[in-house]
Amino acid sequence: MRSTSRVREMPVLRVIARALVPMILLFGLYVQFHGDFGPGGGFQAGVIFAAGLIVYALIFGLGALRRVVPPILTERLMAAGVLLYGAVGVVAMFLGGEFLDYSALDPLTTGHHGQHLGIIAIELGVGIAVASTIMRVYYAFVSRRPGGAGAAEAPGDTP
Amino acid sequence: MRDQIVVLAVVLPLLAAPACVLLRHPRVTRLFSLGVVAACFAIAVALLVEVRGGNVISYQLGGWPPPLGIEYRVSVINAYLLVLVTAMALVVLSFHSSGGPHRVPERRRHLYYAVFLLCISGLLGITITGDAFNIFVFLEISSLSSYILVSLGGHRRAVMSAFYYLVMGTIGGVFFMLGVGLLYQATGTLNLRDIAARLEPSLDDRSTLLALALLVVGISIKLAVFPLHHWLPNAYSFAPPKVSAFLAATATKVSFYLLAMILFTIFGAPFVFGELQLHMVLMPLSILAMFLASGAAIFQTDLRRLLAYSSVAQIGYMTLGLSTANAVGLAGGLVHLFNHAVMKGGLFLVVACLLYRVGSVHLDALAGVGRRMPLSSAALVVGGLSLIGVPGTVGFVSKWYLVSGVLERGWTAAAVLILLSSLLALVYVGRVVEALYFRRPAADHVRPDLREAPLGMLAPTWILIAAAVVFGLTTDWTYGVAAEAAELLLQGGI
Repeated sequence: MRSTSRVREMPVLRVIARALVPMILLFGLYVQFHGDFGPGGGFQAGVIFAAGLIVYALIFGLGALRRVVPPILTERLMAAGVLLYGAVGVVAMFLGGEFLDYSALDPLTTGHHGQHLGIIAIELGVGIAVASTIMRVYYAFVSRRPGGAGAAEAPGDTP
Repeated sequence: MRDQIVVLAVVLPLLAAPACVLLRHPRVTRLFSLGVVAACFAIAVALLVEVRGGNVISYQLGGWPPPLGIEYRVSVINAYLLVLVTAMALVVLSFHSSGGPHRVPERRRHLYYAVFLLCISGLLGITITGDAFNIFVFLEISSLSSYILVSLGGHRRAVMSAFYYLVMGTIGGVFFMLGVGLLYQATGTLNLRDIAARLEPSLDDRSTLLALALLVVGISIKLAVFPLHHWLPNAYSFAPPKVSAFLAATATKVSFYLLAMILFTIFGAPFVFGELQLHMVLMPLSILAMFLASGAAIFQTDLRRLLAYSSVAQIGYMTLGLSTANAVGLAGGLVHLFNHAVMKGGLFLVVACLLYRVGSVHLDALAGVGRRMPLSSAALVVGGLSLIGVPGTVGFVSKWYLVSGVLERGWTAAAVLILLSSLLALVYVGRVVEALYFRRPAADHVRPDLREAPLGMLAPTWILIAAAVVFGLTTDWTYGVAAEAAELLLQGGI
């Protein structure tokens, strides 16, 4: 415990982390929105984004991270990401296509504009879901008190 | 446009699950998931009506035509399974107890419903999809969520048995995945019908044989075929009773469909049962399951374990029907899916009622309960009679066609053994009935305040138990559909 707190007080680490964390988050966003052109996409972006936040927690403490991303928010975002993905499919259905038929999203242009839109939207859903799931796993590991972080507790604790 | 309902059957519960997480309110999520499952049930029934008589509905996901894209394909066998899963889910979800020792705490109940919906959508997805890799994905969705559901049992051993189930289930899933990989290597496609059309299985082709072996063993773990059944008794007896009712009624049934589909549609009955003679393995194992698991059930002192072992035995009947590979026997196995789901689901719901009031389903604790809880106990008797196979119940219908199929195949000894194994069922059901009605409660177990379970629990229980009698008398929608499905499977269709 003491060694952790000593690490946290090291000024070099704190300064560098302060500079790096925004970069990591930005890089996460870059990978996210570059996913439809080249290597990248929601999964990798989500992991990078969450990793940036976890670095933040390692250096500045769990409390600081909780203020940025409350644990309850991760639970909601996990669900919201999946819903966003699915909603794209359902919207395509309402526009007259099959489920997840991105072409139906933009029926007017003959090109692949709809496919583009669809991929960006679902990758955003994937990114949100993956980032928040990784955060949630992290919270589950680091929270000591069962339920303290709203994290997964031992399943046997029925009252 | 009307075909959109095909995909909705899977998409509705799949998206309702995260919606439950966002809704959070325990009662709202309960009603919401009940509504979603009711909608799925309506869709399933509509599909079954639509495809009876040989129609097939095909749906291309994302507008990509098969074999490149994922195809959802509903023929009579898929629709049959869809109705089975959604009906059981509907009954189990409508089974409602307030309070009680086996409840998930209120602040996490929305997660319970979310996981339940995921499990349903996984099972429906396996049934409906026509793509081998998609099956694997849904298999994982349903398995992972059922591990969670089992672990919610409240007892410490529930976590342990869920973990054991996880290990076994993962091995099964990996085997399945490897088998699919080998099939993909052999045929270059993942669409099930396309694989079936391109695959030319022969005894000289090692990699295809290996694929078959991996697929059969992998699914047999999930199905709990006799020597691979070890995870099942613990999982079913430590899971929350509602979950046991749902899993016993659906999860193994969907695995059975998978096994039948792989053997008959992908590899084809002429190869599997003609050249390879798989029934030489499957038939003895089924008979062993019927006897050893029933024998084990006789010696159980906990009603849940007793029913769980009985499930292993009943799976033996199903695989026996499968190994006859003739129309009557296969239809007997398929109709037993529904029949066993109805009676075992009903029986596990009775267990839930008894647990709710008595607090334990140890046979000693149940002594004399028949007098205090007459309706629950009567439900247990009727369900038990159906397990034995008394005429007028669904158990009789299954056994009738199974015996006919086995005799048609010329396995007279197996037919006799089916009847003998029913005697074992008579013994273990008899033990429960004896405890409920004829034994005096031990001095420390006298409970003058013991009352009948509330209506919210009794009504769903009795719906299933009544179905076990109704479908024992009229078989048009059970055996009729199963016979059509068997016909389709034997032709190698899907």
